[in-house]
Amino acid sequence: MLGLRPVVLVSMFAAMAAATPAWAQTAPAVPFTVVDDAIPQPLTLTPGDATRGRALALDRSKGNCVTCHELPLRADFQGDLGPPLAGVADRYSIGELRLRVVDSKRINPESNMPSYHRIDGLTAVRSDWAGRPILTAQEVEDVLAYLMTLR
Amino acid sequence: MGKVAGLTLGGAALAAGLALAQGGAPEPQRAIPDPQSGRHFATPETLAIQDDDFQNPAMLWAEEGEAAWSRVEGTAGQSCASCHNDGTQTMRGVRARMPAYHARLNRVVTLEQQINICRTERMGAPALPVDSRPLNAITTYVALQSRGMPVNVDISGPARPFFDAGERFYNTRRGQLDMRCGSCHEDNYGRSLRADLLSQGMSNGFPTYRLKEQRVISLQFRLQGCVNDVRGEAPPMGGEEFTNLEFYLAWRAQGLPVESPSVRR
Ligand code: HEC
Ligand code: HEC
Repeated sequence: MLGLRPVVLVSMFAAMAAATPAWAQTAPAVPFTVVDDAIPQPLTLTPGDATRGRALALDRSKGNCVTCHELPLRADFQGDLGPPLAGVADRYSIGELRLRVVDSKRINPESNMPSYHRIDGLTAVRSDWAGRPILTAQEVEDVLAYLMTLR
Repeated sequence: MGKVAGLTLGGAALAAGLALAQGGAPEPQRAIPDPQSGRHFATPETLAIQDDDFQNPAMLWAEEGEAAWSRVEGTAGQSCASCHNDGTQTMRGVRARMPAYHARLNRVVTLEQQINICRTERMGAPALPVDSRPLNAITTYVALQSRGMPVNVDISGPARPFFDAGERFYNTRRGQLDMRCGSCHEDNYGRSLRADLLSQGMSNGFPTYRLKEQRVISLQFRLQGCVNDVRGEAPPMGGEEFTNLEFYLAWRAQGLPVESPSVRR
């Protein structure tokens, strides 16, 4: 089923959202192209910011990556549902990491890792989150900039 | 269970045939064949509170429930004790076999709902609000009478469609995080979700005293929390969906001792 999903996701709001950063919070997913096992092109024109990305990875209401992954930083508690992310930039290209953050179910349909930039195919989403991705396109790029520091 | 009766009549094939003839489905398979109670995943500190009745704060709820047991309420001038006499005798085993199919209502009812059915239909008293202190108190008192008895709900016959609905709810990925109950409680028990050690999500300790809430909570309050955590829209407590889910959870915990009132962080 997942394999049949169109490779390019287009939403009519995407262009508007990119032009109007204030709307980014409520914007649906932006379009992207999957090539093999990766999304080679950045989702936004503004390069990701690793410092912001690190904060997003720790923020419960945002990436909250540390809930499931061990990160090479000091935190009171780190989860272990997924693999530790130390050295992840040595194992994957940025494009491969982008696909894993945007929609890891395209790689493993049974994955328990949330798709951070997908809004379709979800069931009973709480109304305060419905219709928008967990991370905006810019936030995805910020998280990726942080992941690229993990060598 | 029904299967055992069929086998004594001469083999699995006959058992299956009987089940089908009665409109029954094949025996469901448990993802976790030998379940472990939540106490297995709790810290020694938490267990010390649970295991000492003088320390376990839930015993306060049990005492309130005991007092309510023989208190006359409602237009019929009756109390629980008017029909059920000494609760320490008549309520033994009740927690272990509920939720159960209710023939007249043609649905599954939880222990809480049965208490409210008695109140409205027999006592002429108003139903107690779901997850309220007085309802949790009576539930805790009743549950306490089954402590140590193995969970043993009957999912056969007309109960089966309600069980199946609960199983479907359990296995449906939901919420913005797109997880099913088993994403945490089957695929990842024993692992850490930040500060939480994931258990198998067994229901045999409920009602439970939750240290975080500083009160006794009902199972369905916990379920709302789990659905909320995946940013899912939680169905109402006391409604059909959670009731069927609670029925399914009881079957998952089949054989585990009733541990209500447990203590959880
Ligand atoms: C609810 C759990 C969960 C959360 C939250 C989560 N992940 Fe994951 N992640 C996983 C699991 C499980 C895997 C293993 C692969 C799979 O099952 O898809 C994984 C795999 C990965 C991988 C591939 C690692 C490898 O070595 O193969 C990367 C990269 C990754 N996650 C990054 C992130 C980032 C960045 C975030 C936050 C923005 C995040 N994850 C949040 C569960 C999670
Ligand atoms: C994102 C992870 C996650 C998901 C998905 C999840 N839960 Fe939980 N659940 C937890 C955590 C964390 C706890 C508290 C620690 C524990 O007992 O596992 C918990 C506790 C429980 C408990 C109490 C166990 C005890 O012994 O006190 C039950 C029952 C339960 N969950 C059932 C469910 C059901 C049913 C669903 C699906 C509707 C569900 N959970 C979905 C994380 C989750």
